Amino acid sequence: MKRCIAVGTILLGITVVLAGCNGGSGSPFAAEEQNQTEEQAQQVNYPNGVVKVFNWGEYIDESLIQQFEDEYGIQVIYDTFTTNEEMYPKIAANPSLYDVICPSDYMIEKMIENNLVQEIDWDQIPNIKNMDETCMRRVEDFDPGNKYTVPYTWGTVGILYNTKMVTTPIDSWSVLWDETYENNIIMQDSVRDAFMVALKLLGYSCNSTNENELHEAMELLKEQKPLVKAYAIDEVRDKMINNAAALGVIYSGEYLYCHEENEDLAYAVPKEGSNLWFDGWVITSEAKSVENAHKWLDFLCTADAAYANFEYITYATPNDAAKEMIDPEYLNDPGVFATEERMDKCEIYKYLGSEMEDTYYELWKQVKAPEVSIFGWKPFGEKE
Amino acid sequence: MKKIASQIYMTLIFIFLYAPIVTLIVFSFNQGKGGQWRGFSLEWYQELFASELIMNALWNTLIIAIISALVSTIIGTISCIGLNSLGGKAKSIYLSLNNIPMLNSELVTGLSLMLVFIAFGIGFGYPTILIAHITFCIPYVILSVMPRLKQTDRSTYEAAVDLGAAPVYAFFKVVFPELMPGILSGFLLAFTMSLDDFIITYFTRGPGINTLSTLIYSEVRKGIKPSMNALSTIMFVSVLILLILSNRKKKEGIE
Amino acid sequence: MEKSRKLLAAPYLIWMIAFTVIPLLMIVYYGLIDRNGSFTWENVMAMVRPEHLGALFLSLQLSVVCTIVCLLLSYPLAMILRGKGVNQSSFIVFIFILPMWMNFLLRTYAWLNLLDDGGIIHTICERFGLPTVSLIGTNAAIILGMVYNFLPFMVLPLYNALMKIDENIINAAKDLGANNIQVFFRIILPLSFPGIVSGITMVFVPSLTTFVVSDLLGARKIMLIGNIIEQEFSTADNWYLGSGLSLVLMIFILISMAMLNHYDKNGEGTSF
Repeated sequence: MKRCIAVGTILLGITVVLAGCNGGSGSPFAAEEQNQTEEQAQQVNYPNGVVKVFNWGEYIDESLIQQFEDEYGIQVIYDTFTTNEEMYPKIAANPSLYDVICPSDYMIEKMIENNLVQEIDWDQIPNIKNMDETCMRRVEDFDPGNKYTVPYTWGTVGILYNTKMVTTPIDSWSVLWDETYENNIIMQDSVRDAFMVALKLLGYSCNSTNENELHEAMELLKEQKPLVKAYAIDEVRDKMINNAAALGVIYSGEYLYCHEENEDLAYAVPKEGSNLWFDGWVITSEAKSVENAHKWLDFLCTADAAYANFEYITYATPNDAAKEMIDPEYLNDPGVFATEERMDKCEIYKYLGSEMEDTYYELWKQVKAPEVSIFGWKPFGEKE
Repeated sequence: MKKIASQIYMTLIFIFLYAPIVTLIVFSFNQGKGGQWRGFSLEWYQELFASELIMNALWNTLIIAIISALVSTIIGTISCIGLNSLGGKAKSIYLSLNNIPMLNSELVTGLSLMLVFIAFGIGFGYPTILIAHITFCIPYVILSVMPRLKQTDRSTYEAAVDLGAAPVYAFFKVVFPELMPGILSGFLLAFTMSLDDFIITYFTRGPGINTLSTLIYSEVRKGIKPSMNALSTIMFVSVLILLILSNRKKKEGIE
Repeated sequence: MEKSRKLLAAPYLIWMIAFTVIPLLMIVYYGLIDRNGSFTWENVMAMVRPEHLGALFLSLQLSVVCTIVCLLLSYPLAMILRGKGVNQSSFIVFIFILPMWMNFLLRTYAWLNLLDDGGIIHTICERFGLPTVSLIGTNAAIILGMVYNFLPFMVLPLYNALMKIDENIINAAKDLGANNIQVFFRIILPLSFPGIVSGITMVFVPSLTTFVVSDLLGARKIMLIGNIIEQEFSTADNWYLGSGLSLVLMIFILISMAMLNHYDKNGEGTSF
């Protein structure tokens, strides 16, 4: 009995102490009266309401959020996702959940097709003038007429490798099937990227909709599975920095960060070609604060914000004004800012329709799922 | 001999349980990120208190745990009393229903609640998390209170009523004190379960609302920042210290 | 009086119907329709497709192994705890709850630090010239993670069941000439059976359906049925298939619940 009381008091005590550390933030559970005063306080701090932002994890210099809140008097409700595929169902189920989102090219195309985004009022984004013209032109690939997208970052997909751990020159995707690197390879854990690698190696388009080609790619990926140490998305960089693997498939934007943390790491875009990608901001079709969303986008297009983001996330920026501040050493590094020639060799993902999307996913599941086996006994025999 | 063997066994289990925790604590004092030790530093503790994201998540976690534990303790205890006067069949059906959230997989519970919230247009936010947490916390309360209620002697309550006490008064004077340990341990369990939950919160949370678990999960891909370790260390050590203190007090009381 | 008392049970009954029963019916509903809303068995039958069946079988095997390991580890432990004084053992029991104050994900993630290449155990082994094994991404790592997370759910019911055994019964058996082994197999084991069953249920179900442990420690090379279902909902955007597979999974859960109800009628073992 006494023990229980003691424990109960302890828990409450800790709660109070810990909660005390956090006096400032508003709780929705406070008593009615308190709630009102807090609302008033919020109005004082943020007279211009809120903007709900949905972004990739670790994809912004967090101090910019604070800066935006202070400058514009708008509270930022900030949330993150890890893959385009994870983000989409949430928005599709409820398009008013967030005001601005930062998906990739093919996903923007899908959202345009399904009326989940709204046209941007460019008059409200004067800073769009900072954007690189060629980049805006390439964006038209998935957003014809530049109606919906404010480009944020861009880059290629390639192989990050540890120069101390590889012996052969890295210029082909085939190295990811090389048995000497067994258990030393980190493969991308997103459907499109994984299939892109296999399709390119086979000499096909990474937007292939040919079932035979896709099956070939699936078999190839299955073949690769025993050599793979881990499938990963963002963990690639930490594992590579820690020398946990020799080769990793990665977005070019991560290369600079990795190289700075571990100078043995280098980046290559294989000769078979690769994927050229753009991440851009869109405003959802049923956004509740459209005006604030525009302000957010305009803010991100300022040279200072774009530069701060480049410094923090190290992904190539399409912002010309920011580029003027960036160290030329980085600007001239093709790993960070891909050359025109390299870009031309790469393909941008296309949205392939929901049926094709299901096919890709189904095949990917077949790659990843374990074989049917009961304590080592395989009732359906060994797979070829 | 037997005693030594059992000591060794206990120690091994203890190491197994606490090795990861020790690792977490040690790495909260590490310089920089990653799995290598690079020297002692308090930078993550500084970062922890500066991070609005973590502080908000902590606040959410605690407040959700407190509210869901409180509500589920109240509902659970009341239902136990009602349940005690129910007949055999009705009672056993009731109890099996009650068992579902506890025995069912968290995955299915979380998903099914998500589907219901969407189907009935309940917007995701604090209320949905709370409903979900209360739903899986009540069974633990009932399971801690029920056995206590069975042990209480009905006749004392009846004696009190016979002697002129109003039933409610008699309940609070006679039955309630006997239930108290059960209620408290139910509260404690509910609190811990809510605090530690990830899966159900993951499926029922709203935009921008993170508990520590969901925040950590979103960081897993990028490598968890050691400031999370720092926070856990603080929470863990405070519980530990208070526990030891209360234990010592109790011992003094006995002596 | 009695009647008004019965009414006290009503609010929670309504709560359970709203937030336990109806949600489960929703899964049944979604599991039995397709994207166009017409009835189909396809989502449920999808479980026999090789990729799903493989994941289900692997999950079943891993969770069986995990349950057995938990039982084997916990029983001696619970016996030892029983032998201690009540006062001391309540403190020890608390030790099992205490780790829960460290976040579940962090605790599991910490194993990654311990086991990974370049992790702590790896480094120590290397320093002493011992052979190193990389556990991350193997079934062993997942079992370890499961055992680590779900062990308390086995220990606590077992401990409860053992504590309830009257010392007098054991003494009586000894007086009547039973040796320790006989006492164990004919008295202690049968009497602790409800605790064993509820421990098994409470370990088996979460380990069968986990997706977090395999996500963290399996290097995402190993897909369990929990991962498949979670991804159907979160990335493939196919709730119908996800619900259909969950329905099949629920059969296993129902079986273990029925078992529990049969052997542990009063919910004795489950009370912490």
